[in-house]
Amino acid sequence: MDKLILIGMNHKTAAVEIRECLAFSDEQTRKALVNLRSFPSIQEVILLSTCNRVELLICAGDYEKAVCDAKNFLAAFKGLKLNQFEDSLYLYQAEQAVRHLFRVSASLDSMVVGEPQILGQVKAAYRTATEEKTSGVILNRLLHKALFVAKRIRTETGIGGHAVSISYAAIELARKIFGGLQGKPVLLIGAGEMAELAVEHLLRNRAGTIFVANRTFDRGVELAARFKGTAIRFEEIESILGQVDIVISSTGARGYVLERSTVKGLMRGRRNRPVFFIDIAVPRDIDPMVNELNNVYVYDIDDLKGVIDENLKDRQREAIKAERVIDEAVIQFRSWFRELDVIPTIKALRSKIQDTARLEMQRTLEQMEHLSSEDHACIERMLRAFVNKILHEPTRYLKRSGCSKDRSASLDVARKLFGLDESEF
Amino acid sequence: MHPAIVMAILFYLFSTGAYLVYLFIQRDITQRVGCMFLGAGFACQSIAIIQELLITGHMPVSNLHQTLAIVSWALAGAFLMLYFRFKLKVLGVYTAPIAAFILIAATRFSSQPQTLQTVNVLKGFWLIVHIVTIFLGDAAFVLAAGAGLLYLLQERSIKNKTRGFFFKRLPSLDLLDTTGYACIVSGFTMLTIGLITGMIAAKNVWGHFWSWDAKEVWSAITWIFYAVLLHERLTMGWRGRRAAVMALIGLAVLLFTFLGVNLLLTGHHGQFTQF
Repeated sequence: MDKLILIGMNHKTAAVEIRECLAFSDEQTRKALVNLRSFPSIQEVILLSTCNRVELLICAGDYEKAVCDAKNFLAAFKGLKLNQFEDSLYLYQAEQAVRHLFRVSASLDSMVVGEPQILGQVKAAYRTATEEKTSGVILNRLLHKALFVAKRIRTETGIGGHAVSISYAAIELARKIFGGLQGKPVLLIGAGEMAELAVEHLLRNRAGTIFVANRTFDRGVELAARFKGTAIRFEEIESILGQVDIVISSTGARGYVLERSTVKGLMRGRRNRPVFFIDIAVPRDIDPMVNELNNVYVYDIDDLKGVIDENLKDRQREAIKAERVIDEAVIQFRSWFRELDVIPTIKALRSKIQDTARLEMQRTLEQMEHLSSEDHACIERMLRAFVNKILHEPTRYLKRSGCSKDRSASLDVARKLFGLDESEF
Repeated sequence: MHPAIVMAILFYLFSTGAYLVYLFIQRDITQRVGCMFLGAGFACQSIAIIQELLITGHMPVSNLHQTLAIVSWALAGAFLMLYFRFKLKVLGVYTAPIAAFILIAATRFSSQPQTLQTVNVLKGFWLIVHIVTIFLGDAAFVLAAGAGLLYLLQERSIKNKTRGFFFKRLPSLDLLDTTGYACIVSGFTMLTIGLITGMIAAKNVWGHFWSWDAKEVWSAITWIFYAVLLHERLTMGWRGRRAAVMALIGLAVLLFTFLGVNLLLTGHHGQFTQF
């Protein structure tokens, strides 16, 4: 497994200034892959470039030379001097490289642990490499395993569970109150990036009409047009509160926009249907006492931050479970890799054919009790000769391919052809 | 003890175990297993009850042993119906142990049938309908109280912003509230049918519809309580927390009508709870 090398940098080892210098666009990636493949020391290569990381996964013929070639290539391709970024690079070999790739794909190495984009990015990087034909038997297998492990971790652990952004956390809470959000009317008071993001999430969850109230009516009309909603005047808020189920407030007002007594008066008209206030403003827009009313729920920005912190802690705990899954996968990959060698493959092939022949022979002989023990010995001899003859050519072929460059490819074909790895995956 | 009852107890206990595992690890398969065990227990009890019905010609409610067994049977049945309608999985955590507990409690009492005279009172079509509907209605009210209890737990974690153990494990407030409401509506319907058929049966047996017996009076009080609850919900919007609290108070009234009246007061339903 010493052939596997991973060179790269991520948000932990390199500052953003360095990462942007080394980032690859899709086009550049393709060009770089083809160039890298032309080095005799590099047999297979995949390049992963996201805003938080640049990583080269290499299956090398000659370890020292491949590392040197890859580093120099990065510098030359990006027009930098090697010493400008060499300190930020990490270098993993063999099992460590496999483990690192699995951790990256499973989003354990991400800035926000469990964020879902990285899996898609790894997939895309792999697709690009297959399109440029720079990924071969070993990296194919490794990437398949990595994607499989990442999916398994996503379903079996809660690593991607629960919101880690303010707007998502608010939506999650709304779900716990209302169940589905379909058709729930929303009132947006004021404006602001976070509030608008929350409204967009709500719309994606098929929320109902969006009402927008703004001190400057024109601005309100503008926003309402964006959400295909209705703009209302600031004075109309109280009258519309009877209809809406979710209120997102984000104004620059000094005092409270909504007092306890106002909301209390409304609940009768609402027939106590629940209402959820999301107060993103600082200073707060909604009197915290409102939360004490029945069927009224108020979350301010600190409450939502508290939710996020807790969810992040949850993710950390789940990450420990995920590491265990990864340990397991690394061991499996290692055993596959070890088997992908000439001698173990020949042995496995021989024992498979022999076992099959012996089993069939026994089955037949059991039905032919009239045969003498000499006949038995004769049949056994015949079978042994037959097995040896059959195995002769494949064995010779595998031994010869041991010296060629595409050894792993022919070994892989042989193992697949005879189903030698069936127990795995 | 009837072998089917022993099986039912085991199934209810297994179901309780599966639901508890579900509460902690939240794998869907565990609650499905729990539901299947509950269904199996229900089937066992149904066999026992039908057998009894065929042999004696009346519902087996002539002593506390049989009455309690019917309660757990009705509870399991009501839950299964609710499960298929609302998919409120987590309520099984509440139902399965209660069904198991009641059935085990039932076996603690003697299963010897009562004297012939009371048994004769139990015969007739109207009585079978009366007994089945009353017990199913009571079971629905017990489930409503369960949904109310879960509602209060979930509401508290959202209100206090503590979001502890239950927040992730319980469904939305809306679903809990709707389920509780549906339980009360169906329970109330059953109770109404049960009371009417009960009166018809009373007319057949004793010659009058109503005799101001303690059991009858408390049944009427229970009926009025739930009627008021439903009325307030429809007109005033008594939902959420208040509805949940009321469902729990309703359960207390119901328990008194069911057991308290028989144990503390005297009346013509006395033989059901003899032990």
